[in-house]
Amino acid sequence: MDELRPVEMQVGILSNADGSAMVSLGKTKAIAAVYGPRELHPKHRQNNERAILQCNYVMAPFSTNERVRPGPSRRSVEISKVTREALEPALFLEDFPRTTIDVYIIVLQAHSGTRTAGINAASLALADAGVQMKDLVSAVAVGKINGNYVMDLAGKEEEVTQCDIPVAYMPRYKKLTLLQMDGDLPDKDVKNLIKLAVKGCETLYDKQRKALLGKWSKEGKV
Amino acid sequence: MEEKKEITKVKVFKKEKDVVLPGDEIVDSMEYLPGRNCFREGSGIVSKRIGLVYFKNRVIEVVPLAGMYTPEPGDMVIGIVKEVQRNGWAIDINSPYEAFLPLSGVREFIDPMKTDLSKIYGAGDVIYGKVTMVSPAKSIHVSMQDIKTRKFSEGRIVKISPVKVPRLIGKQGSMINLIKDKTGCRISVGQNGVVWLQGENEILAVKAIKTIERKSHTDGLTDYIEKLLSKK
Repeated sequence: MDELRPVEMQVGILSNADGSAMVSLGKTKAIAAVYGPRELHPKHRQNNERAILQCNYVMAPFSTNERVRPGPSRRSVEISKVTREALEPALFLEDFPRTTIDVYIIVLQAHSGTRTAGINAASLALADAGVQMKDLVSAVAVGKINGNYVMDLAGKEEEVTQCDIPVAYMPRYKKLTLLQMDGDLPDKDVKNLIKLAVKGCETLYDKQRKALLGKWSKEGKV
Repeated sequence: MEEKKEITKVKVFKKEKDVVLPGDEIVDSMEYLPGRNCFREGSGIVSKRIGLVYFKNRVIEVVPLAGMYTPEPGDMVIGIVKEVQRNGWAIDINSPYEAFLPLSGVREFIDPMKTDLSKIYGAGDVIYGKVTMVSPAKSIHVSMQDIKTRKFSEGRIVKISPVKVPRLIGKQGSMINLIKDKTGCRISVGQNGVVWLQGENEILAVKAIKTIERKSHTDGLTDYIEKLLSKK
């Protein structure tokens, strides 16, 4: 119950993007591409003190049993926003005034936990793009089913859980950057669940580091 | 006495040329200073980017393995003129910021009221210039006063990742000279990852450059490229 689904991470899967990554948590699969820092147009959106981060979360039409209508929806706009806010604290945006860093996340296959898979992939892609960062961001969702704490909700679990809490976490700073909650749960349970999520994020953090080192320790040999 | 020892305790977590990820602590000591791509946190120094650690006396530097070109004064870059302005030229130097070539950066004196600036450098022209200033607000100036600077009139441009430029040049220019000798091309490499080349065997030279970019991490690359170029 307090175990992650099988995790697979790959870095540098797209050659066009400055940085890219693929993360699959069980049957959920998300890819992220990062462009920038680059010039931001229109000019009035530029910030003279810092770069802005633009996140775009999209579900592929074929990602679920029922076709997902392409185009922005209430849900994808919300997830884009929380993803942005989960990643912003980890970046040195002030190093690149007036520019933008664009993060595109596409969910290829959805089996719950798409936003957390997206955040994991995005933070990998940002590091892969050589963007200045304080730390990587790891994310996992937790819940409670029949009185048991469950980590990394999958498929049906998400429907029967009493509550769904996606958490993003910066392991080196021990800080949460995303905390949402659907459903209802007493204080004590929430605290325990967050502790469980932090544990999961730390495991994911190790895997993220391994994925990055797998690509870059080879490149850094010479 | 004993207390003093406690304060000056130096913890070094990484060796020279170790690969670091963003957020990796390199040392925990006030004896060292954070240089490029590092920041201080508490008493430690932490890397900002994926890269290799270098200790330069007391300064710690991370040389990035990926990322954009960040201009520094003194860099020789290849830029493309984007726009002719009233008092100079806007130049794309393959970085997040546009550079500016002011009239004072050109060798001869020019009176903007009497001369047509586009006759000197027009939009689309390719120049080899020197970065003279990078302000904290990221306004970048280039100049064409250095002897090495020039305007390219023909040839072609190839872009590679800026972090691979040292590999393309090689030790004391060994790699780039090899390509020049074997193909007979004239080649200029900008620090910003833009390469200009011109000559009969351009296509072969481009192939070699792209191969170096792709295989930059492998051993014996110079021999491999020599073989590739001799094959024809």
